Amino acid sequence: MPILQIREAIRDAMDEEMARDERVFLMGEEVGYYNGAYKASEGLLDKYGEKRVVDTPIAEAGFAGVGIGAAMAGLRPIIEFMTFNFSAVAFDQILNNAAKMRQLTAGQFTVPIVFRGPNAAAHMLGSTHSQAFESFYCGFPGVKVISVATPYDAKGLLKSAIRDENPVLFFESEVMYGVKGEVPEEEYLIPIGKADIKRPGSDVTVITWGQGVPVCLEAARLAEADGIDCEVIDLRTLRPLDDEAVFESVRKTNRVVLCYHGWPYGGTGAEVADRIARVCFDHLDAPVERVCYEDINMAYAENLEQLTLPTPEKALEAIRAVSYHRS
Amino acid sequence: MNADTPMPPRTVAAAPAASKGTVHEKEDVIRHYREMLRIRRFEEMAARAYTQGKISGFLHLYIGQEAIAVATADLMRPGDRVVTTYRDHGFALAQGCDSRSCMAELFGKKTGLVGGVGGSMHFFARDKGLWGGHAIVGSHVPLAVGHAFASKYSGDGAVTLCFLGEGAMHIGAVHEGMNLAGLWRLPVVFVVENNQYAMGTPIRRQTPEPDMTVRAPVYGMPSDRFKVEDVFETRERLAAAVERARSEHKPTLVELLTYRFRGHSMSDPAKYRTKNEVEEWKIRDPMSTAEQELREVHGWGDEDFEATDETVVAEMQDAMEFADSSPLPDPEFRFRNHYVEDDLPEQG
Repeated sequence: MPILQIREAIRDAMDEEMARDERVFLMGEEVGYYNGAYKASEGLLDKYGEKRVVDTPIAEAGFAGVGIGAAMAGLRPIIEFMTFNFSAVAFDQILNNAAKMRQLTAGQFTVPIVFRGPNAAAHMLGSTHSQAFESFYCGFPGVKVISVATPYDAKGLLKSAIRDENPVLFFESEVMYGVKGEVPEEEYLIPIGKADIKRPGSDVTVITWGQGVPVCLEAARLAEADGIDCEVIDLRTLRPLDDEAVFESVRKTNRVVLCYHGWPYGGTGAEVADRIARVCFDHLDAPVERVCYEDINMAYAENLEQLTLPTPEKALEAIRAVSYHRS
Repeated sequence: MNADTPMPPRTVAAAPAASKGTVHEKEDVIRHYREMLRIRRFEEMAARAYTQGKISGFLHLYIGQEAIAVATADLMRPGDRVVTTYRDHGFALAQGCDSRSCMAELFGKKTGLVGGVGGSMHFFARDKGLWGGHAIVGSHVPLAVGHAFASKYSGDGAVTLCFLGEGAMHIGAVHEGMNLAGLWRLPVVFVVENNQYAMGTPIRRQTPEPDMTVRAPVYGMPSDRFKVEDVFETRERLAAAVERARSEHKPTLVELLTYRFRGHSMSDPAKYRTKNEVEEWKIRDPMSTAEQELREVHGWGDEDFEATDETVVAEMQDAMEFADSSPLPDPEFRFRNHYVEDDLPEQG
C-alpha cells in the first residue's frame, strides 16, 4: 500500500472529489499560486485552474461567507483557513449562516460546505496562534466536526465531508501534516460519526482525537511497563459523537482518561466525560480523568508551552491514577 | 462631532430628465401604487396585531421605503435573487409572497413562510427569489457575493441584488464582501437603503463621510445615489445597475436616500428625530408621488383610491384572520432541518 503524508492524503481527497464533481472548488488564502501555506493543495491550481482553486485576499469573514452563499446556490465549496485561529473572525458566518441556514429556511436551503485547516497548538506560536477550536464549533447544532490524526483517516473522512450535505468543520494539525501512513490506492470513504480504536486494550479507556492521538499511543506504550493495558479510542468525529464506541469500551475497562488539545473549561472533553458519567455511572471504578491544556493562555517560550500541553507523561500519570496504580 | 451638529450638506445627483415629469402607463402606475399600498396596509395591520400581543419579538416596519421593494420586483427575472435585511416584509410581498403566509410567519404559525421558525426578521421564499431575511447586520453581504460567485461559476446569468442599511456600511463583513465582488467582477448590485438612522444613531454620528458611494471606486464599482421619491425613477436607475451586472458582470453600489416613517422597530418611539423632519420626508413619500400622478394625469378620483384601498385592506384583513386561525407548528417541527439526514426516511 502506498505511504502518504497527511498533507498528501488531504490533497488527494480534494483532487479526487474535484475530479468527480464539477461543483467542488477550493477557496482560501494562498491555496492556489502558493500551493497552500502547508502545501495541502499542491498542484491543484495547475490541474483545475483559477476558476476552481481560488486565491483570496486576507478576508476570512468575506470568503467564508462567499463559500456559504455559493453553497446555498448549489456549489460545494472547500474553504481553507490557513489556521483555525483565523476562523475566529469568520465565526459569525459559520455560527449564524452556515449552521442555521437550513433550519431557518425550513429546508429551502442546504449548505454543503467544508471548512478545513490546521487546529490547536503547533510549536511556539504564542497565544493567538495555538488555540483548539473544538469547544467553539462543537458547541452548537447544524454543523459536523471532524478531527484527523492519520493519512488514512484524513483522506477517507475528507472525501465524506466534501460529499456531505451539511456544513462540516475539518480539523488538521500543523505539526502532523508530515505524519506518514498507509493509504489504499483504490477509492474508499470513512463514514462521519464513527470512532476508531487505535489500540485495543482491556484496562483503561483512553479517549482522544487529533493531535492527542500520538500522545495517547505513546502513553499507552509507557503504561505497558506498569502492566496496564490501555485501549486508545480516536473519536475522529467530534459532532456527532460516537457514544456507543465510547460506552462499549468503558463498560469493558471501567476506567477512563480523556487526553486532548484544548482548554479544560467545558468543551468536547467535558461533554464526553458528562455522557460517560450519566450513561456508564455503574461501570466506573474511578473518576474520569482529563488531561488537556492548562487553563491559561499559551506562552511562546518553549519550556512554558511544553508545561501547558498534554504530554505522554501527563497522560501516563492519569492512566495510573484511574488504575489506582502506585509507581 | 456631537449629536447637535447640523447634518453636513450632501450632494445628490439630479434625477434624469427621462424619469421626472414623464407620463407613465396608467396600468403601471396603478400596479405600483397598489403594490406599495399592499405593503403599507400589511404592516399597519401587523403593527396593530403587535400591540394586541398577537405578534411578538422584533417587528421592523418598512413603511416609507416601499417603493424600493416594488421597483426591485419589477426588474427581477426568474433565477434572480433578492437578499435583504431583517426589514424584509416589503420585499416578500413585492416578490409575490402570499400575504397570508407572510402574516402567519409573524404570528409564529405552521402556515408561515418558513413554518413559524423564522418570524419577522427571517423571511425566505426561494421560489420567489427571496433569499432572506438576514438578521445579523452586514453578515448577509458576503452571502450575496457568494450567490453571485455561484452565478459566475455556473454561468446561470442570474443577478443578485443585495440590500443593506447605511448602518451596515460600517461593519467589516460588508467591506470584505464588496471588495471580493469588485475583485472578481461578480453580477451583484449592492443597494444601500440609507434611511438616515441606524436604530437611533443618525448618520452624522456613524461616519465622517455621509456619502456612501464615495467608497464605490475603492471596490472598482460604478455607483449611483438619489432620493427615493418616485417608484419609476427608482426602477429606472436600479435597472441600469441590474443591466450592468447581467451583461457586463460588474457590480454596482447604489445609495438610496429614503426614510422610515416608523421607529426602528415596534419598541422604538423614535424620540431621536423631530416631528418636522418626519413630516418633511412624508411630503416626498413615493406613494404620494404615485397618487399625484394618478390624480393629475390619469384622472383618478377619491372613489378610485377608496375602492383600491378597500380591496387591499380586505386582503390584509383576510391574511390576519388566516394567521390568527392557523395552527401552531407541530412540537416535533422544532427538531426539523438541522441536518439534511433529519429529513430523510430511516434507512433499513
